[in-house]
Amino acid sequence: MTRTPLRPLARILKARASGENPDIIEAEIRAKRHAEMHDKARQRAEGRLLVLGLAFFCAFVTIGARMGTLASSVPMEPRAATVGNPIIGQRSDIVDRNGRMLATNLATHSLYAHPRDMIDPEHAATGLAAIFPELDADELLEDFTGERRFLWIRRQISPEQMQAVHDIGSPGLLFGPREMRLYPNGPIAAHILGGASYGREGVASAEVIGVAGVERQFDGFLRDPANEGAPLELSIDLTVQAASEEVLAGGMSIMSAKGATSILMDVHTGEIISMVSLPDFDPNNRPRVLTTGDQSDSPLFNRAVQGVYELGSTFKIFAVAQAMELGLVNANTMIDTQGPLTWGRFRIRDFHDYGPELSTTDVIVESSNVGTARIAMQIGADRQRAFLNTLGFLQPTPVEMIEAPTGKPLLPANWSELSAMTISYGHGLSTSPLHLATAYASIANGGLRVEPTLLRVDNPEPGPRVMSDAVAQSAVHMLRQVVVRGTASFGEVAGYEVAGKTGTADKARENGGGYYDDKVIATFASVFPASDPQYVLIVTLDEPTIYTLGEDRRTAGWTAVPVAAEMIRRVAPLLGLRPHVDSAQPVGVTLTSN
Amino acid sequence: MRGFLFIMAAFAVMGLAFWAYQENYKTQATMRETRDLHAQIGAAHERLGMLRAEWAYLNRPDRLADLAELNFDRLGLLPIMPEAFGRVDQIIYPLPPIAPITNSVTLSSGAFVPEDDAL
Repeated sequence: MTRTPLRPLARILKARASGENPDIIEAEIRAKRHAEMHDKARQRAEGRLLVLGLAFFCAFVTIGARMGTLASSVPMEPRAATVGNPIIGQRSDIVDRNGRMLATNLATHSLYAHPRDMIDPEHAATGLAAIFPELDADELLEDFTGERRFLWIRRQISPEQMQAVHDIGSPGLLFGPREMRLYPNGPIAAHILGGASYGREGVASAEVIGVAGVERQFDGFLRDPANEGAPLELSIDLTVQAASEEVLAGGMSIMSAKGATSILMDVHTGEIISMVSLPDFDPNNRPRVLTTGDQSDSPLFNRAVQGVYELGSTFKIFAVAQAMELGLVNANTMIDTQGPLTWGRFRIRDFHDYGPELSTTDVIVESSNVGTARIAMQIGADRQRAFLNTLGFLQPTPVEMIEAPTGKPLLPANWSELSAMTISYGHGLSTSPLHLATAYASIANGGLRVEPTLLRVDNPEPGPRVMSDAVAQSAVHMLRQVVVRGTASFGEVAGYEVAGKTGTADKARENGGGYYDDKVIATFASVFPASDPQYVLIVTLDEPTIYTLGEDRRTAGWTAVPVAAEMIRRVAPLLGLRPHVDSAQPVGVTLTSN
Repeated sequence: MRGFLFIMAAFAVMGLAFWAYQENYKTQATMRETRDLHAQIGAAHERLGMLRAEWAYLNRPDRLADLAELNFDRLGLLPIMPEAFGRVDQIIYPLPPIAPITNSVTLSSGAFVPEDDAL
């Protein structure tokens, strides 16, 4: 590019010659030069703006397109950078304390229909009705030929049924994968496990949710993929649970009872080894909740946790233990048992007349209401209430079941001295059998509070002390005497040193107004072996009666105790407890042949 | 010099593009393989779950009790009772092993004569 000088000599000389001002020429050239520079700068700026605009346009188009694809495409699991195990997405299994299966999953199929795709709806409807007896061919045909575009037929079908549906050959019948919760042991531990059902359902999958028991309580744990399929370990022992159910069902039918409960608990950890409530149900096919009448008549009702009953004389040991703890009595203190004991217009009587006085041990052995009531008068209502609170009788049990909060104890509105006296022998305070088991565990383990639990405890932590070791041992000794020479003489099991207390409580009428004459709740609360207590067993029978020795018997000594004894005989060897047999030969001298 | 640098840069870009192309396809192949393996393992898990469920179902206490009862003549199985526990002193000591024969007597036609008796 040739640069034009500001004052070109030729034009200047010419201008000078003609008398014009040469500065004009310079200004003209300068202006032209500026205009050129201006044009150039403008062009460059426009180019830059264009590039920048293009860059922004591309960026926005990219982002917009990405958002569009994300919004319109099917979500996919990230595969390259997932953490954890992407395979195990099933609901976790539930196993017993030894790893035996209590609940697991089974892959089955669901059956649904697209009526629009059907070629011969009539054939499909009759075929389906032949495979599934509960379906009606006419109704199906109506659905298939109507306006509906989608129809669930069955939620779960077996492989054989699936093959049979395939054989119908209709293109409108389709299968979806479906996970099914299976309880392989049937009704065993039904109340503990509860049951499962479907939540949100789709064609490709369905959500399995727990509806009761531990399935509901631990729903979050069981569904959490972070567990990678780790099972939920319960404290239940399947073998012991099965044996308990067998014995209890037999006892219930012999004693013509309408319901029965048993709880076996480890006294040191509070682990529930078996918990039975009869009548029971099959969690694979959970019955419907009763819509009318008393819920406690439904097989779904868990008597061990939800049922609150006045548990009768089994409570006497708590009054005596507290009195010993307070230093009011010892095992040999003589207690006035002259009846009837009158308080206001109430009279407290004994089953028999036990004479003017009995030792504290004999008050328990003979089960004297009057004697226990007198001890309760010495303790006083406030101290009794506080003591029963430390044993856990005033709150629902903290056991890990969704039903636990419904087993709320029924307390007297006003805990008067009369309430204290009746509660001391188990009337006026309704609790669940699980409360009783927990409190007996505290006595049996040397006076430490335990929390009942359904989960396996590997490292138990000792609870707070509720009574001294000496008092607890003394109480167990008294309970042992009840079996040796008292009301529970049928409870003796050779080698297992059973200790326990019977309780026969009249059933309260449902609509209030007193008690039935011929309906009782018979309870036997036992601890074994007495010399080193390991387990607590509670057996409760609802309305038992047995005809023996010429009369109808309802007391626990004739009904609950023999059932409990048989249960201990069956269950203790399964728990690995060796019977303690006194050897006829002197210890240390054994004859052996060579 | 500058031209050489340009050419080298172009070659580097081409090399890197080739490498990225190969890595992309390798990654896709690996992901496909992983997906297949996951599917296989998932199917195996499902089979395992089915077998476990079946095993638990076959071992349910009700069935075992029924089988023990049905086969009582052959097996004689009873529920474990307290009497099943034994004591150590009810078990005899192991019998001492029979001493080696050092002084054998020949019963047949004297094929072997012990040294002690050889006079």
